[in-house]
Amino acid sequence: MQLHNLTIREAHDMLATKKISSVELTQAMLKRAHDVDEKIKSYVTIADDVALEQAKQADDRIRKGERITPLTGIPFAVKDCISTRGVRTTCSSKILEDYIPQYNATVMDKLADAGAVLMGKNNMDEFGMGSSCENSAFFDTHNPWDLDRVPGGSSGGSAAAMAASLATFTLGEDTGGSVRMPAGFCNVTGIKPTYGRVSRYGLIALVSSFDCIGPMTRDVYDCATVLEAIAGHDENDSTTFNAPVPQYNKNLERSAKGMKIGIPKEYFVAGMEAGVESSIQEAIRTFEKLGMQIQEVSLPHTQYALPVYYLLLFAEASANLARFDGTRYGLSVAEKAKDVVDIYLNTRREGFGDEVKRRIMLGAYALSAGYYDAYYLKAQKVRSLIRADFETALASVDVLLAPTCPTTAFKLGEKTSDPLEMYLSDIYVVATNPAGVPALSVPCGFSNNMPVGMQLIGKHLDEKTLFQVGHAYQQETDWHKKLPSL
Amino acid sequence: MTNKIDTDMVKHVAHLVRLGITEEEAQTFSGQFTSIIDYFNMLNEVDTENVVPASDITNNKNVLREDVVKPSMDREEFLKNVPNREGGYVKVPTVLGDE
Repeated sequence: MQLHNLTIREAHDMLATKKISSVELTQAMLKRAHDVDEKIKSYVTIADDVALEQAKQADDRIRKGERITPLTGIPFAVKDCISTRGVRTTCSSKILEDYIPQYNATVMDKLADAGAVLMGKNNMDEFGMGSSCENSAFFDTHNPWDLDRVPGGSSGGSAAAMAASLATFTLGEDTGGSVRMPAGFCNVTGIKPTYGRVSRYGLIALVSSFDCIGPMTRDVYDCATVLEAIAGHDENDSTTFNAPVPQYNKNLERSAKGMKIGIPKEYFVAGMEAGVESSIQEAIRTFEKLGMQIQEVSLPHTQYALPVYYLLLFAEASANLARFDGTRYGLSVAEKAKDVVDIYLNTRREGFGDEVKRRIMLGAYALSAGYYDAYYLKAQKVRSLIRADFETALASVDVLLAPTCPTTAFKLGEKTSDPLEMYLSDIYVVATNPAGVPALSVPCGFSNNMPVGMQLIGKHLDEKTLFQVGHAYQQETDWHKKLPSL
Repeated sequence: MTNKIDTDMVKHVAHLVRLGITEEEAQTFSGQFTSIIDYFNMLNEVDTENVVPASDITNNKNVLREDVVKPSMDREEFLKNVPNREGGYVKVPTVLGDE
């Protein structure tokens, strides 16, 4: 067994029994990251010094017999929109290219407390705006299963790093599929938790009412381990639930027999790649074999999820990104500025990429006088209907099952010229975020040699059922164990 | 409802979000925005007569805490990323100009 392919659970067992040290594991991972990431480009920053220092501290903790957790000494990487004290945090944008935060996101403090070892920061679509990682201001990330294809987005770097075994786990962030979609494209397990389950403090905001930080891992067991470590109430984020975090791994081995899976009929329509559809049908048969009941359900407003999602995203993003003004931190283009507005105009013109510009302008349009009722308010009303759809459907079943994406990973450059076509690749993943419900993406097969993912969608705060069903599936199948040859 | 988003509208919203753009960019964005907004118009099909807009999905009500003084980030540390400063202040050119 090579160290870079270990699950968290396997690595933890070896660390706890002193078969390896965290420094050895971390050095092996860093070496691989330096060797292999030349062709994948999943890292914006590899933080060797920080990683080795944290690994030494983890080893001290283990040697002295202090409290250790399942994550003590485990090397991980995070999407570059999560603030890391002392480590450059760019959002893959020129406007934050040299920005070094003075504070940690709450998830980083929690992982530091657990003893996990930060290896570096993953590439992404600029500010999370994109579905292919091609909107990074720095470089494209390549899918480890086929270097000519995209890893998905926007957490493309975090998914590619997992698929190429360049970290033992990663954190992505999901605003409208940004964990699940790249997880599906790269054969990785990833969860978008319930909105409010994980603190957003220190997450550079895209859409404050959608954004969810979520783990990306080799299997459901690891995913449950990481979510348990990062979830919980935070006084710095008043939208977090003040509810206890379950011990997710304790529920995993419970049988899924007799549980009900709903298949939303609106998700199985023309346009789905044949190999994706057959993989999902095969997964349904596996669930039947596990003694689960399958029934058709309806999410009648499905076709409106995409316009609702994008309209609200544009509106909130235009407000959230107002903070990048060239005066307090980040890029500042101040030469020749005759007044402060000139600094704003010039900094933002040079600092933002085209997709960011498009979205904040469209957001201002949707919020402006004369259009507010027709677009922003209308979208918030339809959002209520989408949320009610999920409540109704999930009242009669335990989880919903749907493909993560209608196709497998597309080629680099294939969709960059038409923004609307790129938006349509998010069709199955966007609805959960306006509704706030959790969704877990799990590898479920291959189509034309590229990975296929399925998502299990659950009730508010019911991640434990998603993990239970996903884990039962991974006991029956080994798709999640398949690795690309690099 | 079809809304052509012309270059004047593009320049107007660009100014609202304090974004400098060129004439050429305004042309490109105008075409892209028109097709994107046209796609969004499908929401008009949905009857939302008696629907309450979703402003919050957590059902949290007024989250309050005690107003207690606590240590916070040191001022020097806090201002570390400021590109142009004087003493404890952020320095910018004229805010209120001739306009």
